[in-house]
Amino acid sequence: MSNNLPKSPNQSASFTAPISEQAGNKSSEQSAASSEKPSSPRRLQVGMVVDGYRLEEKLHMGGMAALWRITDLQERYRSPEGELPALIMKVPLMFSIEDPTAIVAFEVEQMIMPKLKGKHVPRYYGAGDFDAQPFIVMEHIEGVSLRARFDDSPLPVEEVVSVGIRVAAALQDLHRQHVIHLDLKPSNIMFRAGGAAVLIDYGLSRHDKLPDLLGEEFRLPMGTGPYIAPEQVLGIRNEPRSDQFSLGVLLYHLATGERPFGHPTSVSGLKKRLYRDPIPPRDHNPAIPDWLQEIILRCLEVDPSARFDTAAQLGLMLQNPDQLSLTARAEKSGKDGLLSVLKRRFHAAGVEPFAKYSMSDQLSQSPIIMVALHLSESNTELTDDIRMLTRRMLQTEPGARLACVTIRKTSRIGLDEGIVQGGQNMHVKQLVELKHWARSLQVSKDKITFHVLEAHDAAAAIIDYAHNNNVDQIIIGSRGSSTLRRYLGSVSAQVVAEAECTVTVVKQRRE
Amino acid sequence: MLLAVLTDLHANREALEACLAHAQERQAEQYAFLGDLIGYGADPSWVLDTVINYVGRGAYVLMGNHDLGVLQADRKDMNANARAVVEWTRGQLNDYQKEFIRNLPMQIELDNVLLVHANAWAPEKWEYVDGVMEAGRSMNATQAQITFCGHVHRPSLYHMSHAGKVGEFTPVSDLSMSLSKLRRWLVQPGSVGQPRDGNPAACYALYDTVQRELSFFRVPYDAETASQKVLEAGLPAVLAQRLIQGG
Repeated sequence: MSNNLPKSPNQSASFTAPISEQAGNKSSEQSAASSEKPSSPRRLQVGMVVDGYRLEEKLHMGGMAALWRITDLQERYRSPEGELPALIMKVPLMFSIEDPTAIVAFEVEQMIMPKLKGKHVPRYYGAGDFDAQPFIVMEHIEGVSLRARFDDSPLPVEEVVSVGIRVAAALQDLHRQHVIHLDLKPSNIMFRAGGAAVLIDYGLSRHDKLPDLLGEEFRLPMGTGPYIAPEQVLGIRNEPRSDQFSLGVLLYHLATGERPFGHPTSVSGLKKRLYRDPIPPRDHNPAIPDWLQEIILRCLEVDPSARFDTAAQLGLMLQNPDQLSLTARAEKSGKDGLLSVLKRRFHAAGVEPFAKYSMSDQLSQSPIIMVALHLSESNTELTDDIRMLTRRMLQTEPGARLACVTIRKTSRIGLDEGIVQGGQNMHVKQLVELKHWARSLQVSKDKITFHVLEAHDAAAAIIDYAHNNNVDQIIIGSRGSSTLRRYLGSVSAQVVAEAECTVTVVKQRRE
Repeated sequence: MLLAVLTDLHANREALEACLAHAQERQAEQYAFLGDLIGYGADPSWVLDTVINYVGRGAYVLMGNHDLGVLQADRKDMNANARAVVEWTRGQLNDYQKEFIRNLPMQIELDNVLLVHANAWAPEKWEYVDGVMEAGRSMNATQAQITFCGHVHRPSLYHMSHAGKVGEFTPVSDLSMSLSKLRRWLVQPGSVGQPRDGNPAACYALYDTVQRELSFFRVPYDAETASQKVLEAGLPAVLAQRLIQGG
């Protein structure tokens, strides 16, 4: 059983094997179920028709499954616009029937994929009967996986950050759908033409509300050597922040060209990451800014609770590095001394698996709340009311992160130097006002950010910001209804109508 | 075919009505009642007539230990509350209803699906499947790939792989899941008429036999009324309380 990275730059079909030589502990208890092994499937060839799908081209051959580009001869998935989707068929290699992981991973993927929606996952179209030929039919994502970029690492910081932002958004979307990927690695990440990251291969994934077939079957860690999170090594399969660790490994590698924890293949080799810290990224590549080192090392924290609360919060920091409060991680140089490593090793030897969290609980306890403020002297009463509501929200959700946002109106026409200078002053002034407004909320520095957005259309800017930063809730004020406002339409009304998340409108009391 | 599986109705009219309406709304095409139609609750006659009506339309129905109880003179093996209810229930039923119970089968096997009240290894002994050991024993005792059973008043889903490993899962309401053909499954929908997992909402399951999609449901119903009727019938107060608390 291998756990190598697939060699092909194409969409990877390979299931990652459990990291063990003999993962399937054969039970001494003979099961009646074992008499129902599926019959050996036919050998697939180009031109063959399976369940109405014609096999056109083998795109990839992994250790546990093959990927075929196919044509649906029955055209069953024609869109209302009359278009036929590009499809691939994933076929598990059932000759590896002696390897129980391949089968269970296929069952897991077939169970989870139909539940997933949205642009960050390949669309699921159908599955084949296990009696005849087991397969999954899904959307063909064009292009190559992120694996192709790895040979060119270290990459420019901008590209590393852009990858991080997009993958964090995809992870947040996945976690929101109750799924933890648990095998995030370059070959499992693709990008749509528009730039959105698509996560593929759900063979090792965990759905919060479905049985965990893998967890029941195998007690050994499952994942991919370089990327697996410490808690996964200990057998924990319900920690969404495990994916954040893998993303941290990936960003580390892209930024430095090195693997933070090497490529261990034994369980003892994997356990090293429970106590041995990686070389700080800036030691490898001084061009990496301190804030990026801070973010990467925070993702790589051994204790999941020391990482970012959610992938959305990680994405928010990657997009707003100036708002990040730096710790000793940012300036760290060299690995920790022998003594502290030995201490951690001693501690790790007796470590119990971390307390188990429910993923949905965790996500709901760490929302990003955006407060959109219009600060002016004429409406201090309203901004006071907004602050009161915000305080109540923070009291019920102490894990929440607050993003305080105000809009500075700009004209559409380019500005000359003098106005830009004035604008800069204006920008700072508004920032100061925002901080002043939030001061009495007494939110700790690492849980609050401030943003002055420059925009012509305030509502559109708020909606965009909420979308880009995976905001869970917007709090916005409404200054009541003047005739003019009714005629033009208010900012809050537009935000309520168009935002993707919950919007709470605080109304100015009428006399 | 969309099969609604209801078990441990326990003479609870309000819960049964709510589940049947819920299943009908979801276009259930076939019904299976896995026994313990009566006992504990205050509406045995109504519940039996309703089940008999469904059987007339092709529904499957099984014998449960409480059903058998009313046919037997004295059930010293039952606990005091259960015996008190059995005595009371016997007086509520007419001969036709008793004859219907007498003819109930212990198990029914459909295409690859086994329906049984308690377990597959010895249905008539009423032993509980309440852990992975027992679930494995039951799954190994049948050729059917999917077993539906009741008796334990908590919803659970057990599964067994080729290697014989058994896993247990506490299902979430209202989320369908496809049952892989590569393993055995044992489904306990939970009790319609007397849930015991701390949630008073009635339980049942829907299973699509073609798509192999299974959904568990929790259906809120008027437990206060059902509970009040238990008290009014002079049945043990603890049984009324149980409906409100769900256990």
